[in-house]
Amino acid sequence: MIYLQLFWEFFKIGLFSIGGGLATLPFLYALAETHPHWLTAKQIADMIAVSESTPGPIGINMATFAGYQAAGLAGGLIATLGEITPSVIIIIFIARFLGRFDKNQHVKDAFYALRPAVVGLISYAGLMLLSVTVFPEQQFKLKEAVLYAVLVVLVLRFKKAHPLLWIVLGAIAGLLFALPS
Amino acid sequence: MKHRDVGLWDLYISFFKIGGLTFGGGYAMLPMLQREVITKHGWVTEEEVLDIYAIGQCTPGIIAVNTATMIGYRKRGILGAIVATLGEVSPSLIIITLLATVLFHVQDVMWVQRAFGGIRVAVCVLITQSVITLAKKSLIDIPTILLYLAVVLATFFFALSPILVVLFAIVFGLCVQAVKRRAS
Repeated sequence: MIYLQLFWEFFKIGLFSIGGGLATLPFLYALAETHPHWLTAKQIADMIAVSESTPGPIGINMATFAGYQAAGLAGGLIATLGEITPSVIIIIFIARFLGRFDKNQHVKDAFYALRPAVVGLISYAGLMLLSVTVFPEQQFKLKEAVLYAVLVVLVLRFKKAHPLLWIVLGAIAGLLFALPS
Repeated sequence: MKHRDVGLWDLYISFFKIGGLTFGGGYAMLPMLQREVITKHGWVTEEEVLDIYAIGQCTPGIIAVNTATMIGYRKRGILGAIVATLGEVSPSLIIITLLATVLFHVQDVMWVQRAFGGIRVAVCVLITQSVITLAKKSLIDIPTILLYLAVVLATFFFALSPILVVLFAIVFGLCVQAVKRRAS
């Protein structure tokens, strides 16, 4: 039963991704490896682009997209419900019994290491994406590599620019230089 | 504390607006959240919003969803929590489903493929930017830098499950901080 499986997989993502939208990415890549017929690493890149360019929390947008990719309309709905269910349960529990959970010393201690670990997981997701974009099937793609380097320099120069700007620039460059090369 | 006069429909609509008008989640949602729940409805105070946001960041799941659930719960109990959360995710469900359907039909068109060929590179760039910003705030000493490198190597080269990484990091954080306190 694909819907039950989808709900369970996204329930786990909701339960273990800490630190917002991009933190769900490594779990999506893990999902692409265990369930390649649901989604591929390349599709995840397109999902990120669409999720960053549309309103709504990125994590939810990606869950809806991935669920849709795997099992259509109902799939998108069920993946999203799966991803938010742990949040709802945990937050209600905290609101009822724990109060200022974030001030707890053990929570602070755990976050001292969770933060760098999550940055590590997002880096892993970035490397996965870079490897399918710049080194697909062990081939080095020069055009993509140059575009990546140019855009990184620009992004670091114009930090305040909206992410949508870079996505639009990427699309224009893709059309001009006939990517993927 | 619970105000029974806060309507469930109002909760749904307010969080629907927040979800539908916020690009990018995370900090980007704060201005919209403040406008709806403080200025317009007076459901919570400025301080409460920041506290709720801080709790939302320290709990598993999407921060925007955690914040919606918490405010909904404070106003109308468990039902309020569910209604506010559904409001927050409804715009995503509608917009993404429509876009995914369109993309599914045009994905074989040449210029769409080319545009996405470039967009994929741009997404790599956006992730690189996020990693740099986050790294500055969280890689603060030798143990955190070592942990970061270990996580990147273990996941990229040995396909270690992200779930195990999260569990390991919790234990690692508790141990390192306990050792530090004992030493000082």
